[in-house]
Amino acid sequence: MTVMPKWADVILVPLISLFLALAISALVILAIGEDPVEAVQLMIEGSVGSIRGWGYTLYYTTNFIFTGLAVSVAFHARLFNIGGEGQASLGGLGVALVLLFLPWPHWTVALFAAMLGGAAFGALWALIPAWLQAKRGSHIVITTIMFNFIAAGLLNYMLSYTLKPAGSGDPASAKFSPSYDLPTLNSILTDLGIQAARDDSVNVTFLIALLACVLVWVLMWRTRLGYEIRAFGHSETAAKYAGISPLKITVIAMLISGGLAGLMAINTVMGEAERLVLNSTGGAGFIGIAVALMGRSHPIGVLLAALLFGFLYQGGAELSLWTSIPAQLIVVVQALVILFTGALDNMVRMPIERMFLAMRRG
Amino acid sequence: MILMRTFLGAAAALAVSAGASLADPAVVFDLGGKFDKSFNEAAFGGAQRWAEETGGDYREIEMQSEAQREQALRRLAESGSNPVVMTGFAFGNVLNEVAPDYPDTSFVIIDMVVDQPNVRSVVFNEHEGSFLVGMMAAKASKTGTVGFIGGMDIPLIRKFACGYAQGVKSVNPDATVIQNMTGTTPAAWNDPGKGIELTKAQISQGVDVVYAAAGGTGVGVLQAAADENILSIGVDSNQNHLHPGKVLTSMMKRVDNAVYTAFTDGPGLETGVNVMGLSNDGVGYAVDENNAELVTAEMKTAVDEASAKIVSGEIAVHDYMSDNSCPVN
Repeated sequence: MTVMPKWADVILVPLISLFLALAISALVILAIGEDPVEAVQLMIEGSVGSIRGWGYTLYYTTNFIFTGLAVSVAFHARLFNIGGEGQASLGGLGVALVLLFLPWPHWTVALFAAMLGGAAFGALWALIPAWLQAKRGSHIVITTIMFNFIAAGLLNYMLSYTLKPAGSGDPASAKFSPSYDLPTLNSILTDLGIQAARDDSVNVTFLIALLACVLVWVLMWRTRLGYEIRAFGHSETAAKYAGISPLKITVIAMLISGGLAGLMAINTVMGEAERLVLNSTGGAGFIGIAVALMGRSHPIGVLLAALLFGFLYQGGAELSLWTSIPAQLIVVVQALVILFTGALDNMVRMPIERMFLAMRRG
Repeated sequence: MILMRTFLGAAAALAVSAGASLADPAVVFDLGGKFDKSFNEAAFGGAQRWAEETGGDYREIEMQSEAQREQALRRLAESGSNPVVMTGFAFGNVLNEVAPDYPDTSFVIIDMVVDQPNVRSVVFNEHEGSFLVGMMAAKASKTGTVGFIGGMDIPLIRKFACGYAQGVKSVNPDATVIQNMTGTTPAAWNDPGKGIELTKAQISQGVDVVYAAAGGTGVGVLQAAADENILSIGVDSNQNHLHPGKVLTSMMKRVDNAVYTAFTDGPGLETGVNVMGLSNDGVGYAVDENNAELVTAEMKTAVDEASAKIVSGEIAVHDYMSDNSCPVN
């Protein structure tokens, strides 16, 4: 464990993995007859080269922070929550119900209520798999995956039959009241007299995501509950011996995890779409797994990894907009990043560990 | 190749006038992908036809996620693309907000009505075309059981199913129409494997003609039907060529014409709602050398007669989306 200094573990290894992934991506781009240098330039230009680019990069980052934190918290209890996608969808439903059917005087109050709604629905969606795991031993990976499909079905039903305004062919809810529009980076800049884009991209929920990072850190490393969760994750038998209830920790860890995933909906549903649409999560629940893996389940790591994936998402969108590089290639690049930083982690780690060992001996 | 075209087009435009390339049209494909052999591909076909005939150049983008919709529309409008054509109802809400910000750009949306002064909305009477292919299915069926496989379970696809069922029953009131939807998520538009499974399940229930209104999933339906030696009916594009002699016909939804016309009309095109039905060849059934032997003269006469009656209003085909219910099933 302590072969390497900490900085090598948290910075050097992910960076080298990332570099390898990008190098192979470049080869793939070359193989289909495009210019990788130009592609990278376009991605950088499109994602961090303008206010609009930053807006979308941070918008995606916000999603990935929430889902990344969600997966991390469960990871610490050694629970592999693959259900972020479903929990975030249900969170969206919670946000939509709160905003559609209850009157709120101001967007700040509405946002607070939407956070409660989203987190509650997400947490409840995680509760059933958690309970099944703790009580019946049904493996959480299987149940959370299955719950993603149930969530998709439920959402589709709600949108097609209950929430869809009469006469509309689009399976989506009605628009929320305009008074609930969240201030976006673009609208704030415009108010300040700075020329900005008009998109509904990054909004105040980004700040809530940053706050969530801090709170998760406090929870995991500065509270008794966090200690219990981590102890349970390290060794269930030891935790039990120390008087920690596996049922309680499994359920609480999953409730927090599901709640964080559900919170993502305040960004996508309340902030961007301003109504509930199908597929509002856009795969962020799954990206959260990669973000948590890459971020070593630490809030700072999650933040950085989320930023990277936000960049890849937005850069990829720009790439498919302005070049003939097929959009599928972006998925290849993202998959390579996940593969190298997650699954092939040891490939990079072991040589570096050996290197540090050699250095120490020498 | 597309890049090549862009370069050549840009070079040509520069040669003629520096400003010409600024008003290139653009087409935005919905989730499901450009090459779904169906809805999006029909739009692509229309854009290609325009490009080949005029030597013009156009921009295109495929959606990957919900959040990209607004971004793509704004980016295209701001970079001077005009008109901007988009396929699919899912753009409706976004377009309603984006269009007023770019009053000089003409937008065209297919399958949805957006009430803005610079938007042309193109909608199709899919129930009419589906009625006709339903009649053909009933006439071609020997078992009296025909199938329908939809993509994602949404009202638009139920509209196809309802028109089809009405057509079947108009020929054979005792016929059974077995209906299945592929799924409840957008993935249902692009799941040929599930299409194959559903088709085989329907065949085991006696179906011998199956109609697929499922985007890319339909490729699997047509494949399974051809493998199991039953007839299939394609949708949106003319899919008769996919399995010659095995595809009874295709319910043509002329999305290609809608895109082609929009591109030809160019910036400042006439806006408002365009209803494309049997009367203006917006929908119809496809007959070509691949299915000529399958479509009997009697079948053709009956269908053409019904088509004329629908146009004249003598036959009223119920539109599922008008009241979210279907009189037959």
